[in-house]
Amino acid sequence: MRAFTRHEGLVAPLDRANVDTDAIIPKQFLKSVKRTGFGPYLFDEWRYLDHGEPGQDCSARPLNPDFVLNQERYREASILLTRRNFGCGSSREHAPWALEDFGFRAIIAPSFADIFYNNCFKNGLLPIVLSEGTVDRLFRAVEETPGYRLTVDLPAQTVAMPCGELIDFEIDGFRKHMLVEGLDEIALTLQHADAIRAYEERRRREAPWLFRA
Amino acid sequence: MTARTLYDKLWDAHVVRDNEDGTALIYIDRHLVHEVTSPQAFEGLRLENRRPWRTDANLAVADHNVPTTDRSHGIADPVSRLQIETLDENCRSFGITEFAMNDPRQGIVHVIGPEQGATLPGMTVVCGDSHTSTHGAMGALAHGIGTSEVEHVLATQTLVQKKSLRMLVSVDGSVRPSVSAKDIALAIIGRMGTAGGTGYAIEFGGDAIRALSMEGRMTVCNMAIEAGARCGMVAVDDTTIEYFRGRPFAPTGEQWDQAVAYWRTLHSDPDAEFDRVVHLDAASIEPQVSWGTSPEMVVPVSGQVPNPFRETDPVRRTSMARALEYMALEPGTPITAIAVDKVFIGSCTNSRIEDLRAAAAVVRGRSKADNVKLALVVPGSGLVKRQAEAEGLDRIFTDAGFEWRQPGCSMCLAMNADRLEPGERCASTSNRNFEGRQGQGGRTHLVSPAMAAAAAIAGHFVDVREF
Repeated sequence: MRAFTRHEGLVAPLDRANVDTDAIIPKQFLKSVKRTGFGPYLFDEWRYLDHGEPGQDCSARPLNPDFVLNQERYREASILLTRRNFGCGSSREHAPWALEDFGFRAIIAPSFADIFYNNCFKNGLLPIVLSEGTVDRLFRAVEETPGYRLTVDLPAQTVAMPCGELIDFEIDGFRKHMLVEGLDEIALTLQHADAIRAYEERRRREAPWLFRA
Repeated sequence: MTARTLYDKLWDAHVVRDNEDGTALIYIDRHLVHEVTSPQAFEGLRLENRRPWRTDANLAVADHNVPTTDRSHGIADPVSRLQIETLDENCRSFGITEFAMNDPRQGIVHVIGPEQGATLPGMTVVCGDSHTSTHGAMGALAHGIGTSEVEHVLATQTLVQKKSLRMLVSVDGSVRPSVSAKDIALAIIGRMGTAGGTGYAIEFGGDAIRALSMEGRMTVCNMAIEAGARCGMVAVDDTTIEYFRGRPFAPTGEQWDQAVAYWRTLHSDPDAEFDRVVHLDAASIEPQVSWGTSPEMVVPVSGQVPNPFRETDPVRRTSMARALEYMALEPGTPITAIAVDKVFIGSCTNSRIEDLRAAAAVVRGRSKADNVKLALVVPGSGLVKRQAEAEGLDRIFTDAGFEWRQPGCSMCLAMNADRLEPGERCASTSNRNFEGRQGQGGRTHLVSPAMAAAAAIAGHFVDVREF
């Protein structure tokens, strides 16, 4: 997995609450058996004026000029600023895959849905929870300041504003560690293979019906 | 020993190892697999030369993409076909049991798990699907996972988890006649909001939950994720135990007795403490209809489309206004004045036999309204379909002008050919009314099976209690 330590990037404001994973990547694109290539279909129903299908060449599709990511000033954004409960709905990991493939490295919101939040960390994408008040302030700053950029420092757990002001954020130690080091979680777990086997042996005695083939 | 909640007991029983960083390695008893969220996980195993840790803990089925019409000629859509063939091939090469598309046991993953007794009380159950919370109805710890975790479970039979907070949602007293489990679920979400359960494991309790059948409990737990909670659960009681007797994957003989003795311990201790407790008065719950683009945007059928200008929270007000625009609704419109173009009865929320019986009871001897272009009934599994046909429910539906289809997820998420066209309005027994969920530009109103059936007959929403 790609590690995340420090990232400086352009911020795009998506001023909606409860952005669900169906909106992030609509269902027709979930038919792919691949892990890559979802970026062109990110927010497909909001981003384009026509109906998209998997495999379609998006370069010729009509763009929705009102959608924020289609505005010239946000084209190169790598930090998404949005509202509460981002990523609610389905467990599809295609949502973080699409965000990451588009070029996002971090998402800032007052809250995230649990499964989406968890999925981000498996893909080198950092979800950052900041207070409603701070998110409001950032929305105003982004709208007033073309080219508004933030610097995210994961080891230090800070977001630096252009004026130099630092905003602290909270993150679980284990998630931070995995992301900073870019670790393979399966390999780490398999280091405890003996503990898993011991658990199974004990469980097989206590609850044999769980091991019926 | 300190008093423990049901969640604590399920958690404690599955800890393989407590890690130094506050997480734990949790053992997974049952992994359900479907075609959409698994191909990349199997590919990941192959790339690293890994094998599944324990093949017999997995059960696979294709449900999201399958056609609900005649399947004898396969799947017309080549992209969907490839995804299902990929699942078939992965199951074959890794030795995982699969109910293939034409197996009579095939159906929606969250219907077939309990139906087969493949998900049992006391188990940890995961699946790459957020509605895995359904299986909590058995007194199991069940939640959805992403594809990276699907791969992790395949490779290690465990997940690295941090314990959630504990919430009790108690639905006190009895519901009034014609108020269903779906109405309870929607009323809870309306009260708590779609993020109200974020970070929590919810136990549903109270007399009204105890009075529900297993099907009803599954409907409530299914929608825990719509309240933001990854898992919902209900304590084991006689209803739970009787449900599992004789199911194909359930234990038998001495092991059955041993299992039942354990299952009877699966309830919260009387003085167990929850981090949050929410009470609802069951008698005050009316049949519910969602009006917006989030499951929390829901009102009783006697109500009206709300006015965003009365909402004081600015973020919520903006969301409401946007939802009204998408749904093409005016504030103050009575819910019963909203006409529908299509009706969908199905999904992992409401496609079990009890749901079909409730809908058929409303439809019996009546006909679909002319303005309703399509009323679709999609049973949750081949066995539910067979049971319904044995009871003559299929005839009740088809005589009324409804379509009777093959099992699958169908128009809940419209990955197959069943979908809404732009601007179409649907009374749906599914779980999500998000923009575009049932087809781009489609407008979804979430309701119970009886309410959906009544809307199909009347052509608009009606109070099923007066129907």
